[in-house]
Amino acid sequence: MNASSPSPRKLRVATVSLAGCFGCHMSLLDIDERLFDLVERVDFDRSPLTDIKTVGEHDRCDIGLVEGGLCNAENVEVLRAFRARCTVLVAVGACAITGGLPALRNHLDVGDIMQSVYGRVPDDPELPLPLNRVLPIHEVVRIDHALPGCPPPADAFWQLLQDLMAGRTPVPAPGLIRYD
Amino acid sequence: MSAVDPTFDLDGQPVALQPGDTILSAAARAGLDIPHLCWSEEVSGSASCRLCTVLAEGRPVAACVTPAVAGQKVECRTPSLATQRLRLLQMLFVEGNHFCPGCEKSGNCLLQVQAERAGMTDLNFEVLNPERPVDASHPDVLFEPNRCILCQLCVRASDEIDGKRVFAIGGHGIATRLLIDSPSGRLGDSALSVDDRAAHICPVGALLPKRVGFAVPIGQRRFDTEDTRG
Repeated sequence: MNASSPSPRKLRVATVSLAGCFGCHMSLLDIDERLFDLVERVDFDRSPLTDIKTVGEHDRCDIGLVEGGLCNAENVEVLRAFRARCTVLVAVGACAITGGLPALRNHLDVGDIMQSVYGRVPDDPELPLPLNRVLPIHEVVRIDHALPGCPPPADAFWQLLQDLMAGRTPVPAPGLIRYD
Repeated sequence: MSAVDPTFDLDGQPVALQPGDTILSAAARAGLDIPHLCWSEEVSGSASCRLCTVLAEGRPVAACVTPAVAGQKVECRTPSLATQRLRLLQMLFVEGNHFCPGCEKSGNCLLQVQAERAGMTDLNFEVLNPERPVDASHPDVLFEPNRCILCQLCVRASDEIDGKRVFAIGGHGIATRLLIDSPSGRLGDSALSVDDRAAHICPVGALLPKRVGFAVPIGQRRFDTEDTRG
């Protein structure tokens, strides 16, 4: 880079796994050595990769990647904070987009599930309240883009991030849209 | 194709037609893809999914049942038809329970591949999560109504190929469902055999022969491409 031109501001990227399995985060890490390119160009905000507890605590976040759907009240609170503080919000993976496999419980009664799994309804005040139905995130907040897959291929993550960093509307290349 | 064969124009390409051709059957023979779900060359057309809607001389028609006419101008790949197809696919996804990551039809599913080709990344609409109990009563064939898109391919295959009329469509609107001709309404009490064409023609994972799920590894399934990760 020319020494006289100022470095572009690094973009802030936040990631979170709500009702997900962290498989999407593993797929993001699968961009392998391209991670070195990425950390040159972005700072990570709240993410399992950092120790920041609240999204956009000190500065507005440019890109929020949300893995997982909504299965409890805490998921909803975290998602609303992401929407409020991220300029671009991306639903990542089958669970965020459709509810995914956790939504298999949607035709069952939550109380019956608790009884059958724990033998009682857990009532510790630290436990977030479960929702009666697992929801995809677009039913609660507006999303800007979606990256399908279970998980999305690493190349799909890389393409999305490159497009967003360049200020382009992300359009997945053929073959990078997968639902399984 | 000789110079005297009659043709029609599909998105700028001449397509040869034969007597009795529909727009879709002529295009399929020429190797040109018109997106579809409920059409198969093995059975009669039903125009139930409407994914194959094209503009024939500017008029929207279902390509699977509309006779091909020599000299006609047919448009398939237009931006507005692409958006219409995308919305139609999204509606099919939200009105059933389609869990691709756990489905044994994944990679062999026509609904899935049509949505992927249409560039569907999100559902756009609210998911309905209907409650539809699985029917596993047949020893060799699973009926998973959560995945049924009411394309009627099994209805037509059972009637026209197997000569059994095991299936029918019943109900109205959002309550429309696949009916099974048996005293209990269950597949196990019907005349369906795993050797019937109706047991194999389902484009999604609603009717599946048992004990073959996941036998074909990722990378070798029907719609896998070089890009499909192994």
